[in-house]
This record gives sequence, structure tokens and C-alpha cells, in this order.
Amino acid sequence: MISIVRDLLKYDGRFRLAVIFLGGVAAMILLSYNSPYDPGKSFVVPWDLPPSQQYIFGTTSRGQDLFWWLTFAVRNSLFLGVLTAIISRVIAILVGLTAGYRGGWLDRVLMSLNDTFVVLPLLPILILLGFLLRERMSLFYLAVILGLFGWPFDARLIRSQVLSLKERSFTRTAIYSGSSGFWITIHEHLPFVLPIVFATTINNILWSIGMEVTLSILGLSDLTTPTLGTALFWANQHGALVAGIWWWIAAPALVTIVLFLGLYLFFTSINEFIDPRTRLRLIGG
Amino acid sequence: MGMALMRKFIFRYLIPRIIQYLTIIFVGITVTFIIPRLAPTDPVEAQVSTMVAMGSSLDPESIEAMRTALTDLYGLSGSPVEQYFTFWGRLFRGDLGPSLDNFPTPVSSMIGQALPYTLRLLIPAVIISFIFGNVFGAMSSYYPENKALKVIEVLGQVVRSIPYYIVAIVLLVVFAYFIPIFPFSGAYPLGTRPDWSSPEFILKTIEHAVLPAATLILIGFGGWFVGMKSLTSNIISEDYVVYAETAGLRKNTILTQYIMRTAILPQLTALAMVIGTVFSGALIMEVVFGYPGIGGLAIRAIYSNDYSMIMGITIYSIIGVATAVFVMDLLYPLFDPRVRYQ
Amino acid sequence: MALLSVKNLHAYYQTEVYGISRTVRAVDGVSFDLFPNEIYGVAGESSCGKTTLIKVISGSIKPPLKALEGSVNYTFGDYSVDMLRASQDELRQNVRWKEISYVMQGSMSVLNPVRRVIATFRDIVDTHEGITDKQKFLEQTRAHVNRLGLPTDVLDAYPHQLSGGMRQRVAIALATVFQPSLIIADEPTTALDVVVQRGVLQMIKEIQAISSNTVLLVTHDMAVHANVADRLMIMYAGRIAEEGPTETIFNEPLHPYTQHLIRSLPMIGERSTKVSLEGAPPNLAHPPTGCRFHPRCPYVMDVCRTEVPELVTVKERHRVACHLVKEDSL
Repeated sequence: MISIVRDLLKYDGRFRLAVIFLGGVAAMILLSYNSPYDPGKSFVVPWDLPPSQQYIFGTTSRGQDLFWWLTFAVRNSLFLGVLTAIISRVIAILVGLTAGYRGGWLDRVLMSLNDTFVVLPLLPILILLGFLLRERMSLFYLAVILGLFGWPFDARLIRSQVLSLKERSFTRTAIYSGSSGFWITIHEHLPFVLPIVFATTINNILWSIGMEVTLSILGLSDLTTPTLGTALFWANQHGALVAGIWWWIAAPALVTIVLFLGLYLFFTSINEFIDPRTRLRLIGG
Repeated sequence: MGMALMRKFIFRYLIPRIIQYLTIIFVGITVTFIIPRLAPTDPVEAQVSTMVAMGSSLDPESIEAMRTALTDLYGLSGSPVEQYFTFWGRLFRGDLGPSLDNFPTPVSSMIGQALPYTLRLLIPAVIISFIFGNVFGAMSSYYPENKALKVIEVLGQVVRSIPYYIVAIVLLVVFAYFIPIFPFSGAYPLGTRPDWSSPEFILKTIEHAVLPAATLILIGFGGWFVGMKSLTSNIISEDYVVYAETAGLRKNTILTQYIMRTAILPQLTALAMVIGTVFSGALIMEVVFGYPGIGGLAIRAIYSNDYSMIMGITIYSIIGVATAVFVMDLLYPLFDPRVRYQ
Repeated sequence: MALLSVKNLHAYYQTEVYGISRTVRAVDGVSFDLFPNEIYGVAGESSCGKTTLIKVISGSIKPPLKALEGSVNYTFGDYSVDMLRASQDELRQNVRWKEISYVMQGSMSVLNPVRRVIATFRDIVDTHEGITDKQKFLEQTRAHVNRLGLPTDVLDAYPHQLSGGMRQRVAIALATVFQPSLIIADEPTTALDVVVQRGVLQMIKEIQAISSNTVLLVTHDMAVHANVADRLMIMYAGRIAEEGPTETIFNEPLHPYTQHLIRSLPMIGERSTKVSLEGAPPNLAHPPTGCRFHPRCPYVMDVCRTEVPELVTVKERHRVACHLVKEDSL
């Protein structure tokens, strides 16, 4: 494991960059536990100050130190992303394994439903949900809702993997030796499916954090919790750009970009490392 | 096409697509029916309390009358099963009720007015990003040493990974704020009346559309680029491409006729799959750039608590996207002879 | 005068992934000549270097494959070309398809799946000769296809509408549009059923007989070689084990590996079980020392483990690389 990381660090520039970016994000998250300010309080520092040595990212019109406020925002956004990913992974694995293993009409029904959810325009539906929940919306609810909608692409992927595994001889041996379908699915297929699950997890985290940003902009998430999205919402509410407080927009945008690029580069680099085809192509097999 | 072929095409291709189309609409509409009924907030009560809060001094009797009217308007009277059938009945009549914000203008006609703005932005942006993303993606796997293509790839990947809104806001801040070459907001200058016969007005609308369109194109570009690159990097080692190279065919012929021509087919399928996502992206773009399309309508409805408008937008979006996907599925056989001559 | 002269060719795959470099010695010191008007067979198990050899002599060397040593020279009448040094442009203009054409392994899938068959003909003819008169091109292509006994309908079909055997015939028709000096056929009958195989082999033989060109026939199937090849090369682990006229090879095989290949052929009326060879072909990233066949050889001697046997000429046109032979005849 350590040698893999060392090799990746040595030979993959993307991985190095990802480690730097994610390291910065991790540092921010750790710092949030030592924040001198409570993110829920306003007017704790002078307002509308541009970035300076004392306030690295400047201060907001609500009298908050943007840097410290954003340490909480990153932490919460990442929490939302991970929680969503866990929920949607569970559904994706269940649907994918069941459809792939059972096949027949159940497979057809599940996949038809699956494709329906892939195609449906999600944002309007989420807007409707957010609109109805309004003040009751919390980060946890949002993660559950996004988790309930974030599985179809990956379920299909897992299903196709199971279908190809089913053709292999060990499954047949397991069937002939009298194992139950469920046992086969869990013990024989899950280990092969997990790498895909890992690869899709990061994508799903990115997707859900992005969705939270989008819903916050529309004023439809939990606006009292600091997240990358609510940072932008409050900046817009106070007309930050019109008032010339550009750092209020720029700082959360920058942090978001660093977080997303870090996760994305990490994902592509690892994915390429795992993918047997890339390796084969590289060694000319 | 012979009769047997035609029948095979209808049963193996056409009918499953029609069933899928109806399934999408059925599931989508049912979900929009269920959501408000599962939500902890009662939309009628919410509406009544906003109206009361707005300061209208209403006697209890007229509040009660309003409550009944709203309950009826939202289709909340009767048993859930009755409500469900009423819901579909109204849908078939195209009646989604009046907008509560712009009472009594029907939701349908307001959406009808906003839709052209969204489509004028969305359709060219999708086409441009699809073409450029695919062409450059294919080129980058066919000419892996080309420096310019590598730079384009990195840019595409970076933009692709970032949320729509952030890309939009960065472009807005840079090109309308720091370097003010494009207008800040809107589809045409404030205070002008839309006049589609005046070339000057059309020019202005184009100028206003540049930034939002550019954002949509940039975001889409990276996705198509990456998708095409991974597709073509597999196709490049396919027998028929290796064969074409051994036969000494021109590089351009190989790239366009042998590599791109097959790789574009799964991309067309993917285009149908992501129409919903792209549409969602366009809504956000309109919010950032203050564009008067469906997205602009949605944000106003959110702020003014216009429940029937939100409902209408959701329903029309589902039907619109499902139909777009269906139409693309119907057109697909024109591009793929393997489907045409099964 | 040889059509193709390969001398001491070394072609390796060299890669470096995450810091680990790897060299696969796919072709390791191969020399042979091809003459006009013959069918030359190359036999050997999969991954013995056959396909790499073809890549090099057809000028399709792409990283990670590298030709490190040796020469590959063609003489087409009064035009000669060094395959390892010629530019891709020169090859494209003068050599590819006009002098050397290719019926490739798995050529069932060499046809573009989303275009009609005629389009591939059009691309090839247009690239090398230019099409000025479309009608004339169509007539000539139809005539060519007809000559080879194929219905002209195949030209308007999409590949997925044709049977495997028909697609293979189309591939052969494509390889012969310009009457090339050399046709390289890489496993042309693999994955076809026996009856179709016969038809395809017959077609190759007839074409060769009519146009007196050279066919390089590569296949693991010794039965095909017995039926078609004039001369035969047996490759093992990137080297030539034995080479000679097909009759000589089948009647007096000298190399133990050749003997094994011939013994494992099914004979009519035979009932005894086949003796199979122990072990698998060696990993060419770490080939055995000495004779590469020694770990599997039933007659292995001490010298085999350390010394590489030289390829010696035992009779006219019959060469073999084995320490046994050296001891017997020299």
C-alpha cells in the first residue's frame, strides 16, 4: 500500500497535485476545530475588509472572518458528500447486485426504473423538494435526499460487472456446490464489485457537493449551516459583487475549485492505476 | 427495408423505446405527485400563512374560502387515489393552474414565454460543445504527442470537475466585472422592449447570451472530450483501425471515417442520457446571469413562494426532457446501420 | 534474388510503468529470406513472436515495440526499400498495399462496422491511386470481386450482415486489389469452421497461382501449413527452431519441437492418445538460458541449458537450431 502511494507520488504528476490540494483541504478541516470564531455568530470582526495578512480571505459584510468561516464550510460540504455517497452506494450495490444476479423480469424492471432515474431532470425535482421542505431542510436531510437520487448510473455499472462475473467458472462451481444465491452474491461478487464502487464514490461525492452548491444558490438548502454553497448564497444576498466585495465570491469559489480538482485528480490517477486496461496498454501486453 | 426487417425493428427497437418513454413520464409525474404529499409542510397552509403575513387583513371567513380554493387548486381535495386521477386529468388538459405570483396568468403560458429563451441558449450550446468536445477528444487520443491538445485536455478536465455554478461565477466575475466586455445580466439591455425584427436588438441579445452560452459550452466540452477520448483510445486498437493503418490510408480518413464515425454512436446515446443534466445546468446558468428563461422563472417562483409555478416547471421539465430523449432515440438508427439492419 | 531478406532481427517491447521497466524479447535474432512466387509458412504456438515478426516486416512498428538490431530489406523489381529506415510517407506512397498487403488475424473484424463494404475498397483505392471516375472504380471493383468468386452484393452490405467466411473472403479481396508482390496472411482461417477454412485456403492458393506473387502464411495450425505452404519456418520463443521445404519438415523433422508439433496433428483413422508437451511456452520477459526449448525438451542435455544452439544448415534449404543435430551431423 505504502509502496503504491510512493510509486504514484514519484511517477504521476496528477497524484502529486491531488495530494497537495487535498492536503490543503485537510488542513482547513483540522483548523476548523481550533477556530477562534463561532461560524454561527456575525459581526465578530470588522466587516468588508479585503484579504490581508490578518484576514487571509478578507471579511464579509456580516462581520465574519471568511477564512475561518470557510474551514467549517469545507468540513460540512465534505460531510454531506461522504454521507450522500454512502447512502447512494448502498442502494447502487443492492440494485446492481440484485439485477445482475437474479436477471429475468426483476432485472428488466429494475433497469427500466434505473434508466428512468438517469434520464429524469433532477434539478427541477430537487427544487420542488427543497421548496416544500424550506426551513426544515438540514444538511442531513439533504444528504439523504441526494443519496436517494444518486445511485442509478453506478447501479448499472455494478450490474454489468456482475453479469460478466456470472459467466466465470467460480460462480458455477458455487451454484453446483449448493450455495444460496445470496451467499454467492455477497461472498463471491462483492469483492470484485468493490473497486468500481470505490471509483464511483469520489464522483458521487463531487456530484453531491456540487448539487448542494446549486441548491444553496437557489436558497433551498439549510442556509444557517456554513457550506461552500451557503457561502455563495450569503454573498449574493448581500450583493457582494455589486458592492465590490469580490473576495466573498472568490474565496469560496477558490476553495471549491481546490477541493474538486484535488478529488478529481485523485480519482483519475487512482482509477488509471486500478484499471487493468491502462496497465496493459502501458506495458504493451 | 424489407417487411421482416421492418417488423424486427419495430419490435426490438421501437416498442421498447416507447415503453421506456412512457415509463419515464409515468414515474416522473408520480414522483412529483407524491413529493408534496409526503412533505412535512402543507403547501396550502404555507400559502395561507404567507398571505396573512404579507399583511392582508382578511376575516376568518375569507381565509377559509381561500383555503378551500387553494386546496382545490393544488388538487388536494378528495382521497389520494382521486387526487392522483384528477392530477393526470389536469395534465392532459394542459391545465397547471394559475401562477400565484402573477395571478391569474396560467403557469403554462408563462412557461411558454420563458421556454424560447432557455432553448435559444441551450440548443446551440449543446450542439457546439458536443461537436468540439468529440472532435478534440478523438484527435487527442489519435495524436497523443500533440502539445496543444494536451493543454486543451487539461483545461477541459479542470472545468469539467468543477460545479456549474462556480464556472459561471468565475466567468462572470472575470468578463463582466474585472474585464467588463460582456453585460452583467439579462437577455437584453434593461428597459428595452423585446423586438425581434430589429437587427440591433438581436445583436444585443447575442451579446447578452455569450457568457451564459460560453459557460454551458465549456462545461459540456470537457465531458464530451473525456468521454470521446476514452472511447477512441479503445477503438484505436480495434482490428479495423489497425487494418486501415496497415493499408496506408490517410490519417484524416482513418480519424474521421474509422475512429470517430464509430465512437460517435455511444456518444449520441450518452447525449440522450445527459439531456436532463444539461437542462438542469442551463437553469443554474440563467440564475447566475439573470436570464429570463425557465431558470429565471424558477428562482422568482422560489422567492415569491409560487408553488404552482414550481410544480409546473417540474412537470414540464420532466415531459420535455423525456420527449427530447425519445426523439433522440428515434433518430439514432439513422446514424447506426447495425440497428437499422439487425 | 530474394523478395525479402531479414537479417539478425531483434525486436523487443520495452516499457516502463511506475518505475518498473520491462523488456519482452518477442523476436530475438531471426534471419530468413522470402522469394518470389512461393507460399512461405510460419508456425509456432501463440506468443512465440509470429505476430511481432509480421509487425516488423510490414513496417508497423509502434512503441513500445522497437526494432533494435538487424535489417529488413525488400526488393520489388528495381525498387528496393529498407523497412526499418524508410519513412512512413515513403511506405504509404510506394509500398503499402501496392507491394505488401495484409490479411490480418481476426480479419473478420477488419471491416468498418458502420460503413458498407464498398467504402473500404474506395478508401484504399482512392488513397493509393486516386479515384477520378467513380463509375469505372465501381465496375473494376465489381469485376475484381467477381473474379474471386464473390457475389457483387457483398459490396453494398454492412459487415454485420455477412457471414464470417464471407467477411474473410472480402478481406482477401481487399488485399488483392492492386496485385501486390507480397500478401501477409496472419491466421487467416482461425475461428472459421472447417468447411469454410478449406474454401478460404483454396482461394489463397488460387490467387497465388494466378498472380505468382509471394504469400507469407502465419498460423499455429500445422494442418494448414501441410496443405498450403511451399516452405515452412517453425518459431519458438522468438527464435527460428527449424526452417525448410514443407515436405522435408514433415518427413524428416529434426528439432524436437517440430517433431512434437507434427506428432500432435490428428491423423485419419488414428486412435492412440496424443502425447502432450509438458509446460507452457516461456515468458519472453525472462526467457530460459541456452536453448529456449530446453525446459520442455524430452532430450535435454547439459549443453542445452547454457549454450544457445546456432541455426545450422543441414541439407540444402533445411536449417535447424538444436544441439542434438549439431552433434549428429557435424
